[in-house]
Amino acid sequence: MKPHPKQAAWRKRAPRTELAIFAGWVLALAFVSACFQVMTTDTIWAFVTDAPKQAADIGSRMMPPDWGFTREILYPLWETLNIATLGTLIGLVLATPVAFLAARNTTPSPRFVRPVALLAIVASRSINSLIWALLLVAILGPGPLAGVFAIALRSIGFIGKLLYEAIEEIDPAQVEAIAATGAGSAQVMTWGVAPQIAPTLAGVTVFRWDINIRESAVLGLVGAGGIGVKLEAALGALAWPKVTMLLIAILATVLVSEWVSAQVRRRLI
Amino acid sequence: MNAAAQATPRRWRRPPFIADPRLRWGLLLGALAYLVVGIGTLEVNWARLSEGLGRGARFVAAFVQPDFTSRWDDIRRGFIESLTMTVTSTAVGVLLSIPVAVGAAGNLAPRWIHALCRGFIAVSRSINEIIVAILLVAMFGFGPFAGFLTLTFATIGFMAKLLAEDIEEITPEQLDALRATGASFPQLLDYGVLSQVMPRLIGLSMYRLDINFRESAVIGIVGAGGVGDTLNTAMDRYEYDSAAAVILIIIAIVLATEYASGWLRRRIQ
Repeated sequence: MKPHPKQAAWRKRAPRTELAIFAGWVLALAFVSACFQVMTTDTIWAFVTDAPKQAADIGSRMMPPDWGFTREILYPLWETLNIATLGTLIGLVLATPVAFLAARNTTPSPRFVRPVALLAIVASRSINSLIWALLLVAILGPGPLAGVFAIALRSIGFIGKLLYEAIEEIDPAQVEAIAATGAGSAQVMTWGVAPQIAPTLAGVTVFRWDINIRESAVLGLVGAGGIGVKLEAALGALAWPKVTMLLIAILATVLVSEWVSAQVRRRLI
Repeated sequence: MNAAAQATPRRWRRPPFIADPRLRWGLLLGALAYLVVGIGTLEVNWARLSEGLGRGARFVAAFVQPDFTSRWDDIRRGFIESLTMTVTSTAVGVLLSIPVAVGAAGNLAPRWIHALCRGFIAVSRSINEIIVAILLVAMFGFGPFAGFLTLTFATIGFMAKLLAEDIEEITPEQLDALRATGASFPQLLDYGVLSQVMPRLIGLSMYRLDINFRESAVIGIVGAGGVGDTLNTAMDRYEYDSAAAVILIIIAIVLATEYASGWLRRRIQ
């Protein structure tokens, strides 16, 4: 028996493709490192190399947490909860009509109304609630009211986007069946469309509420009420033990809200 | 007519969402009571509000006539910082998230590594970016480097969680087949795992790129570089027209990245 002619080892791709992919990686790496260079032109490296010492210093100042501060935290925490909940509710009320205007199958005019609704959704989504709060504090004055509307304005885009996608994916047969009984367009909405999107709507709203709890905890940094106001004050006064206590409180709230949201979503869907 | 026919209602009614009437009415009453109490905590200052309406009108006017020119240097610097921060933090974050995701996947990692990685993911996801940014600015000094670290940290948690869920759902037969050939663990990852989760990895990375840009526009408010800093300064100076210009550019960039990532995801899947 003659031995087999020597065969090249098996490769996943042709050599040319492999080379192209490799070149792509090199280019990507070059681009990222160029970005890094531009980003750090003004960075003072002494501060960066000093960071472990700073971290240890801050860490030692943060301990132990100021447990006595808890009493003062409770009301701002309640305010934060209200900002998130009321903001989510207002966002939900505003997002539902926008979603119906944006969905291809329910919009009154795909040419004119749909792009406007989509733009409203994108604009709301692009701007973080903290920026909305920054603007609203200038207009409405500092306080939880600005926070509620900041949360609401940011929630429109989130709820609106997920909802209009859900509306576009509904089963048209059910809508046709309701329409075939002679139902008017409002009745078609109530009996044909609404039952199909109700679980999504509830799930998305609870999910957004959970996110809003996290976001409303920091809105106070720009003066929009809630526990962030205390955080801003404690940071400004370099009262690190209070900062630790506030961070613990925020973390606990976030964990509770996440648990609640997960429970509710599991029951609903 | 017998009693049974009488008892059956003539008209069909939609079954209520919550079957138990006591629970249904109780929840409704509770929600109403909460709304009353919650709205009561908002402390609306009507005098300040009416004063703010003029500013609100000025703000809306600024969006119609944004001023791109007079603060263009600040705006340009802010966007360069934001964009470079976005690119570098997404690249580094995605790379680092892959080992964490493999460690957090229950079907690949031993139990203690699994617990460690899950813990890291939980911490990264439950702390708000703004709070991370505050702490990192305190350690690393002001500027985009702290922002880069913040976004990288958040990216790892986000990507690793979603990627780990995807890894846990891959077909185990392919892994068995590879193991039967005597493949080493890195080979197993390359040919068995990565090839199965690659489309999702790319899709998620694009999505995270979009999120990181939006976040990079915010963390500047606490000194971590980027366009949020520019925006905050503009608001402090009551230069609403420059602020409107920044916001409009943010919306345009988010629209563009969303469009680009949608296009890329459609091509890959």
